[in-house]
Amino acid sequence: MALRDIVLYPDNRLKTVCDPVESFNAELRDFVRDLLDTCANGPGAVGIAAPQVGFMQRICIVDATRARHPVPNHGKLILVNPEITAWEGFAMGREGCLSVPDYTGNVVRAEKIQLRAYDLDGQAVSFEMEGYEARIAQHEIDHLDGILFLDRLISRGADLFQRKPAKGKAAE
Amino acid sequence: MNTPHWKLLTLVGPDRPGIVAAVSRVLLGAGAELGEASMMRLGGLFTIMLMVGIEGDGVHLKGLLESVRNEFKLRVHVDELNAGLHRRIDPDVLITVYGADRAGIVAEVTDALARAGLSITDLRSDVAGSEDKPIYIMNIEGVAQQGLPPLEQALANLSSDIRVTLSPIELMRG
Repeated sequence: MALRDIVLYPDNRLKTVCDPVESFNAELRDFVRDLLDTCANGPGAVGIAAPQVGFMQRICIVDATRARHPVPNHGKLILVNPEITAWEGFAMGREGCLSVPDYTGNVVRAEKIQLRAYDLDGQAVSFEMEGYEARIAQHEIDHLDGILFLDRLISRGADLFQRKPAKGKAAE
Repeated sequence: MNTPHWKLLTLVGPDRPGIVAAVSRVLLGAGAELGEASMMRLGGLFTIMLMVGIEGDGVHLKGLLESVRNEFKLRVHVDELNAGLHRRIDPDVLITVYGADRAGIVAEVTDALARAGLSITDLRSDVAGSEDKPIYIMNIEGVAQQGLPPLEQALANLSSDIRVTLSPIELMRG
């Protein structure tokens, strides 16, 4: 197992647009193995993007299987050159980031997305994601474009929406 | 950041522009570091609760702020802390409460939540609506120390005029 050091903000690499992967070779596979190990080692991490370990190419891990409570998911995904092709709905959720320790904040993301990417062998793949998994993918793909969740924060006080009633009679 | 002398500074005074700037300028000039803060207007007053990292004791800090205190008619209180920054606890549940304003909403709701194991990390409330028909609105974040079911049960038994929603906060860290 090889862990890579996590790049922490304000390191400028986190604000840099990453280059597409051109070659699906052994070097890529070695790097992804390290990235998976680093993600698994991150406290509570459900995803990671290559620039978070200083590798400036468009690669990320999305792993909703590691959610605290079970959520719909497509397993542990390795996404190379991912691209979101459709967005639907809005949902607010609480996010944190391995590159921004000790802070969490509210971010609005699309509730459902479609994305296409390549796997480690260079085969085209596509997914329809919703909820928590879609949130992870949007957070990680943002990293590939030099965007942090800090760039998308909304107020903590003003979030009176999208919840289920705790009492049946409040549902009227 | 290795300043060990963190203090919690509380300032309250009539709201007017420039309080935050004046206070932070004085603290900057004294070499202080600023940490987490909560600042808001409440009932025509402006309130500041601010973590300040500075050498010396609370008397020293109050002394530095004397001219600002006079200029803005502030009341000043300092708590000296053993702890420092970064004592964040991530809440796992969000509870929103609203209803026609009346005495006892906060007591009823928070008592029920406390009995069901909620440790509150953040509570914000507002009175909205018209003067003759005020509405009370409260957002509570906290840690459900016994899980969500006891909280849901506790909320279901509240008075019928109190509207409550509960939603888990599923932190996404990536």
